[in-house]
Amino acid sequence: MKKIAKAKLNELYAKISESMGLFLPIKRAGEVNYAVWGEGKEVSLETLKTVKSPKNAFFPDSENLMKFKTEGKNIEIIDVRKDYKEEKPFVLFGVKACDYKAIEVLDRVFLADPVDSYYQARREATTIVTLACSKPEESCFCKVFGIDATAPCGDVTTWLDENYLYWQANTEKGEALTALVADLLEEGGEESVATQQEATKAILEKLPFSALDLSRFKPENLNDLFNDPAWEEMSEACLGCGTCTFVCPTCQCFDIRDFKTSEGVLRYRCWDSCMYSDFTLMAHGNSRTTQMQRFRQRFMHKLVYYPSQNDGLYSCVGCGRCVNKCPQHLNIVKVIKTLGGKNDD
Amino acid sequence: MKEVETKMLERAKELLESGEVARVVGWKKGEFCYDPSPATFESVEELKDFTYDWFCGANLSKYLIQISKKEGKTAVFLKPCDTYSFNQLVKEHRIKRENIHVIAVECRGKFDIEKIKAKGISFVTGAQLDGTQVKVSTLYGEETLEKSDVVLTKCATCNKDYQVQDEAIILHERTKKDVDRFAEVAKLEAMTEEERFAFWREQLSKCIRCNACRNVCPACSCVKCVFDNPASEISAKVNSDKFEEQLFHIIRAFHVAGRCTDCGECSRVCPQHIPLHLLNRKFIKDIDNFYGEYQAGETAEGKTPLTSYTEGDTEPNDVFKGEAK
Ligand code: SF4
Ligand code: SF4
Ligand code: SF4
Ligand code: SF4
Repeated sequence: MKKIAKAKLNELYAKISESMGLFLPIKRAGEVNYAVWGEGKEVSLETLKTVKSPKNAFFPDSENLMKFKTEGKNIEIIDVRKDYKEEKPFVLFGVKACDYKAIEVLDRVFLADPVDSYYQARREATTIVTLACSKPEESCFCKVFGIDATAPCGDVTTWLDENYLYWQANTEKGEALTALVADLLEEGGEESVATQQEATKAILEKLPFSALDLSRFKPENLNDLFNDPAWEEMSEACLGCGTCTFVCPTCQCFDIRDFKTSEGVLRYRCWDSCMYSDFTLMAHGNSRTTQMQRFRQRFMHKLVYYPSQNDGLYSCVGCGRCVNKCPQHLNIVKVIKTLGGKNDD
Repeated sequence: MKEVETKMLERAKELLESGEVARVVGWKKGEFCYDPSPATFESVEELKDFTYDWFCGANLSKYLIQISKKEGKTAVFLKPCDTYSFNQLVKEHRIKRENIHVIAVECRGKFDIEKIKAKGISFVTGAQLDGTQVKVSTLYGEETLEKSDVVLTKCATCNKDYQVQDEAIILHERTKKDVDRFAEVAKLEAMTEEERFAFWREQLSKCIRCNACRNVCPACSCVKCVFDNPASEISAKVNSDKFEEQLFHIIRAFHVAGRCTDCGECSRVCPQHIPLHLLNRKFIKDIDNFYGEYQAGETAEGKTPLTSYTEGDTEPNDVFKGEAK
């Protein structure tokens, strides 16, 4: 194991940035979100939960696809994308265990056939440096999904305490990054890491949502869960906004839209939310016409549909962002508590 | 606060039991002490989850657009700021007034859990007002904070009074605050154009276009928003370019101008803490200046400055140039 003094982290960022892009939690206008590092940026590794998850490194909020210009009867199609094969290598730094697991959830969608080549190019160009948690919060419930917040995977795993960032490479990519910054690293840290892990585990054990019961979320209960009368009440205060989906590290739905600009029509892909009234709008109309149905879709997808198609892997990682951010305090925990452990009667 | 909750609960029971109302709209308990949700209670049994505490910041008025169309009467608990939204929605014929029984309910400001957490305090198990301070209990012991650091932004400058009530449950009087709600707007006005642009640029670039601000806004009651309507040509789900990022917010601010009651819900719900209320307050301040003092939601009747013409009206062009009055 290696370590670097906290005071020298800026040198580390600068060194990485010389040859690669560096994407990490940065405070801007009061909020911490993943952004590209630059001299003078306020990095905040201590922030447990960035508002947006790091998923937009691979799956950006919006991505321009092409432009159309019409002149008389001619349509000019302008390719506004850069060639995905030219994706510059970058480092995604400070990813928490839950958000790291969420990338696996996204991979199963975007890297399955047909592969999303843009997502894939970004994934391949990235070295992921994870950061273990030492101060989990009451809304965290990663443990429920079998995630160990004190030992996330990734190409490199790091731990942070008052004085040092501890560093352990796990993969070839991780070794390469370690070699790049070798001059800044020193040996040691095993003991400090072990002590921190033990203390964190004790907190994780006691978190209020650590023992949520997921036993009822099985494909064979799909119909019962779908038809449960509790959905009405659970969703009644829902605003149909996109907050819970847009802060969620595993939400993966997108839309392709056209936007009329002064220079023609811009076609872009953007995040979509199943909470929106025009989600899956088709020529015949919309298959979900009430907010209850949309709300149900979000949670059924996370807890039943996705796992039934992905070897039982839930598409919630317990990051607790929707718990913290829903304006009306509706969230997946309330859904799990209401439906998760109930008998089938 | 407990006594207020008890009284509200008693009253809700009476109203439901006697059949005077078919449902009561209030708040129900969450997972923690600080995350209640708006809720409808249709029976005395359902009231077991009823709560009213320092964290019931949500404005219930907008829910009444749908609920007031239901069969039977509905009782609703409204805080002072909520009564303005209620009146405004009645004025716009969105709420059926005759179907609603308004219970004005005590409010001395609501707390913002995110502000408490930002102080590094977690595992909050309760919060109580103690003079000008707030005692926050946590799993690790008690913390004392200044009330002014803990209240929701919308509550920090609120001196509103109930504008409508059929009855009231008020046990403690509110103290008027010596604050100017336009102070922050004046600061923005004092900036140079470039500084102001940079300020909004920095703030709005955080926007994730989740529409929470719009969806919670009582003035945003259009059945189909232009931004959701593919036929509008400006519909958009995301800030696909830098221009759009501003367009959404500015169009929205214009559209609610003269109808925004300054309930502050937009800033409360924004996951990125963008101070959206400042845009709306700028409009309120300008309307006051150009057309005479006006507070949307004060009454459910009467004319509004932007939808009625008088001979002495400021010329739009002068408004644009900022030269009026
Ligand atoms: S559950 Fe909450 S965050 Fe999600 S759409 Fe409904 S109101 Fe918005
Ligand atoms: S559903 Fe909520 S808790 Fe689960 S991963 Fe998404 S935001 Fe996190
Ligand atoms: S949910 Fe788990 S991994 Fe995610 S921030 Fe909380 S403790 Fe860390
Ligand atoms: S609530 Fe905030 S993040 Fe969401 S659309 Fe409004 S300004 Fe943007």
